[in-house]
Amino acid sequence: MENHYYKASDLGKFGNIAEYQKELADKFFSYYGEVFKDSHLTAKEKSLIALAVAHAVQCPYCIDAYSSDAFEKGYSEAQMMEAVHVASAIKGGAVLVHGVQMMNKVKEIGM
Amino acid sequence: MIKSLKVLHHPLADSENQLEVLENSLGSIHPTFNEKLELSGMYPLHAFGIDILQLNLGKMCNQTCKHCHVDAGPDRKEMMSRSMMQLCLDVLKNSDIDVVDLTGGAPELNPDFRWLVEQIKKLGKHVMVRCNLTIILANKRFHDLPEFFKQHQVEVVSSLPGFTQDRTDRQRGDGVFEDSIKALQMLNLVGYGQEGSGLVLNLVYNPAGAFLPPSQAALEKEYKKELASRYGIVFNQLFAITNMPISRYLDYLLSSGNYSRYMDKLIAAFNPASVQNLMCRNTLSVGWDGYLYDCDFNQMLDLKVSTLNSQHISDFDFENLKNRNIVVKQHCFGCTAGDGSSCGGSLTI
Repeated sequence: MENHYYKASDLGKFGNIAEYQKELADKFFSYYGEVFKDSHLTAKEKSLIALAVAHAVQCPYCIDAYSSDAFEKGYSEAQMMEAVHVASAIKGGAVLVHGVQMMNKVKEIGM
Repeated sequence: MIKSLKVLHHPLADSENQLEVLENSLGSIHPTFNEKLELSGMYPLHAFGIDILQLNLGKMCNQTCKHCHVDAGPDRKEMMSRSMMQLCLDVLKNSDIDVVDLTGGAPELNPDFRWLVEQIKKLGKHVMVRCNLTIILANKRFHDLPEFFKQHQVEVVSSLPGFTQDRTDRQRGDGVFEDSIKALQMLNLVGYGQEGSGLVLNLVYNPAGAFLPPSQAALEKEYKKELASRYGIVFNQLFAITNMPISRYLDYLLSSGNYSRYMDKLIAAFNPASVQNLMCRNTLSVGWDGYLYDCDFNQMLDLKVSTLNSQHISDFDFENLKNRNIVVKQHCFGCTAGDGSSCGGSLTI
């Protein structure tokens, strides 16, 4: 076996998770399919959200899938990179906003 | 200017080499198109009539698109002659075929294009032209094409792979988007695409890259909104077409390292429901030199119709051709992937 935790070809095997627990997998994939359908948001808009989230959760499979999907649905490279920046800003902001917590603590214990 | 594969003496200019790549490069793990048809109970595939005669008027084009299955361009000289057109007209006169689909290259570059349209209309047939849009602005003598089309109630089908310059120019060449927008506005001006005018203007989307088209319905909605708001352009329908892995697009797939992945996608997305409506089942394609094919793609691969005694327009035998077995190869997966693909767009929605 190759000594890698991640293999690109594993993305195509996602459906195989049903082999060990079919009922839950079926429910998940059914739900997943519903989530990405055109509704109050278009399937195209949802694809860009998924791309940003994929980067935020740093899932290589999801980045592979939604880089392709968002580009195929018509987003430009610049739009896709802006979505990644949104993810970055939220993640960065999430770190920095905890700086307030740090400040609170320092003020609490400092003279 | 990009040169055609033929002028470059590229190995893929030879249809035999293209077929060799398609048949042998994927190994034994991939099913053949025939095997897929058999599994779906649809083998052998046969025609169920001839409703549309598609005439390829020549390979000359003012554009050299990266995905072109015809390998068309300004350096191609093949052109249907007036005498060959006359043979096509004779067939049309003596048959119930109601629709004539004119394609190329840029069909308007054929010096007998207007004469042919006039003759077909005299026979009371409907004419569609696959107009690349930029031809209208390519030379002064083409500026009146919108009026000519209108005069003869020609249905116009035009490629526009994106509503932004970037996507369009990447596939079709620098400046194509800007000229396409101007041409669409000229067509709109004479009534094309306008509600109630009866003048039909349909657009064709095909992917600018190694991927399948998204949902035709969603794309049409977006195109209508964006083209109207950005440029005041209206049109009737959008057809989403899958790029066929032959000729220049095959070259792109191979040279960019996308070939195997693209074929995997096409084969995995095989949709039996699309087979019923494949265009080869009611269309007959005529090459610039009069030879007959099941479709324009088979024409470019030099796969003539299976009816050995009726392979040329001069030997046209309706009874023999109408139920002919269709010649299929691995490229046919391009028409059956996802929602299916034809010159009229998706096949299953």
